[in-house]
Amino acid sequence: MPEGTYCNKKPINTPEEVNFLLSDSSGTKYYEEMTRLDVDTELLVSTIEKTMKTRLKTWLEICAHCGMCADSCFLYQVNGKDPKQVPAYKIQSTLGEIVKRKGKVTNAFMRHAMEVAWAQCTCCNRCGMYCPHGIDTGIMFGYLRGLLYQQGFVPWELKIGAGMHRAYRAQMDVTDADFVETFEWMVEEYEDDYPGLTVPVDVEDADIFYTVNAREVKHYPEDLAEAAVLFHAAGENWTIASKGWEQTSLAMFAGDWAACKMQVESVYGAMERLKPKRMVGTECGHAHRATVIEGPYWAGRPDGRPPVESIHYVEWLAQALESGKLKIDPDKRIQEPVTLQDSCNYIRNHGLKKATRTIMQHIVAPGYFIEMSPNKEHNYCCGGGGGFNGIGVFRKQRNRALLTKRDQILATGAQLVIAPCHNCWDAIRDLEEEYEIGIRWSFLKPLIIKMLVVPDHMKPEE
Amino acid sequence: MHEFLTGIFFWIAVGVCIIGMAVRFVRYFLGLNWQLDRVAYRAHPAAGIKGALRSIYKWLIPFGTRGWRTQPVMTAAFFGFHVSAVAVPLFLAGHNLFLESKIGFSLITLGPALADFLSWLAVGCGAFLILRRVVLPEVRILTTWNDYFIWFIALAPFVTGLVARYQVGSYGFWLNLHIFCGELLLIAIPFTKMSHVFLFFASRAQLGMDFGIKRGGMKGTKMAW
Repeated sequence: MPEGTYCNKKPINTPEEVNFLLSDSSGTKYYEEMTRLDVDTELLVSTIEKTMKTRLKTWLEICAHCGMCADSCFLYQVNGKDPKQVPAYKIQSTLGEIVKRKGKVTNAFMRHAMEVAWAQCTCCNRCGMYCPHGIDTGIMFGYLRGLLYQQGFVPWELKIGAGMHRAYRAQMDVTDADFVETFEWMVEEYEDDYPGLTVPVDVEDADIFYTVNAREVKHYPEDLAEAAVLFHAAGENWTIASKGWEQTSLAMFAGDWAACKMQVESVYGAMERLKPKRMVGTECGHAHRATVIEGPYWAGRPDGRPPVESIHYVEWLAQALESGKLKIDPDKRIQEPVTLQDSCNYIRNHGLKKATRTIMQHIVAPGYFIEMSPNKEHNYCCGGGGGFNGIGVFRKQRNRALLTKRDQILATGAQLVIAPCHNCWDAIRDLEEEYEIGIRWSFLKPLIIKMLVVPDHMKPEE
Repeated sequence: MHEFLTGIFFWIAVGVCIIGMAVRFVRYFLGLNWQLDRVAYRAHPAAGIKGALRSIYKWLIPFGTRGWRTQPVMTAAFFGFHVSAVAVPLFLAGHNLFLESKIGFSLITLGPALADFLSWLAVGCGAFLILRRVVLPEVRILTTWNDYFIWFIALAPFVTGLVARYQVGSYGFWLNLHIFCGELLLIAIPFTKMSHVFLFFASRAQLGMDFGIKRGGMKGTKMAW
């Protein structure tokens, strides 16, 4: 069977198509159909010819097969040092083989490549820092994911996720109206405690244009209110957009580059419409990577920058604390052993390690902050990055992958883990559920609110 | 035979190596694509050059990066081999006498004891790295026959050179074989994995630019990547 009803090469573009695929619970029929999906060799070869330029070709060619990347990969370590988990082997035996065999690969090969691309690499890019030749296997896996997506060999959840971005310009079928209503409703809920709290919508020329992760709208709406409280407390002139508010990109995890472009252009459209001084994104790693780091290239911006200066929430928070816009009550600082999760997407891949550590200096009483080892750019993936968290069919492999982070946290002796990244936050929650090591985990916003010196204008009337 | 190897074939080997690698080098950089690589090379040249130079420099220093430091034995063997593999061909007194006779120009030369030491070091480290390839499962799984072939053409000039130097057997025969192996190596550089001799610099420069421009360099990170 060339193309299935559920599993095929055609992207999902409408809410109806999203719902149809969702109706196949856990993707049972989807994966069953995938076993009969044809490989379009011609398409594979022509795509490679058009998109594989000298960087990737040279990487595949000059890999010295030295194995120095092995120990850098947490999945290699956590899977009993299985040689099949060596980054160079993983990419040579998948992408390398596709190129070598000139696209003449079987259905079974493609399904195997899918497992390697989504369950044996989280695109954390750590191995890239340990290769003498500067070969970044994570980048090559991103490329491979694109080839696999185009051929229809993509995990069910990510096919849906990418489709959500096409249909709604947001993950989790959150509509523009849902977003604005939820934000306004949550702000109303907090208004009694913080008089004057509002959520400015579509205000032009604001200092800050705030973008979120649709999960906050769907599952963690208090996060929206907390953002409003902190902007209000800092006296910021901020706004949200009724269109182009979603910063995430499951399409990036899926390798659906066309959907990546659509998604990021919706955010850039809001920037161009509202002309803010800068954009601040929420506490999410991949959302920052998609919209701020990679997005400009999908949108074809030769300077590699979004239309306005765009920063991560931790950068804004560090600046607000340093400048005194936000004041912390020293007695309410964290006074228990606490550690910090460095997100691959904005620490290793955007150099923001100083911002998070500045925040720690402000919010943790001296002596209680314990660094993980390794940390900063060398930190390990949470275990659920690159879409791994959300793929049911690879749950067993994901749970095993969490062991690295579990052991890193245990070694710190911390009871609280600060994770300013949705993906990391989820993975750490899951590892506590799975392995019960007795830790708590948190984003920054709720912690800051608890220790904030509330300015007079925000104090409730007696 | 000796005349042929030190005459026309010498020039062919050198020519193929230099022209071949110049072509590959130029094609590498022309083939970089800002949008597909997702690196704005042209928009931020200063940050790019800074990142590229730092990346190359740090990885050329033994134990200069965390990657080197985490595997000290591998690093020692790696540099033992590569320092010799660069220094001996370029600075051996005999090679420079030959060079002087060919183009009337020579480089500084190694003392005989140091030259012997480095030659043995290259062979010893090479043997160790081949053994590592056989013994360690994470390296063995990556290994192909091509990797052994590359080691063969890399070590053959050293082994034949040492045999000739100690005058075991026929000096003339081993000298000619040595020259032939060296020239074979030069010819192999542009067409095999040996291209890393030059493409190492290209590939490292690219990743250095990537991090320097896009992934933290412009946020003040001073990583060696």
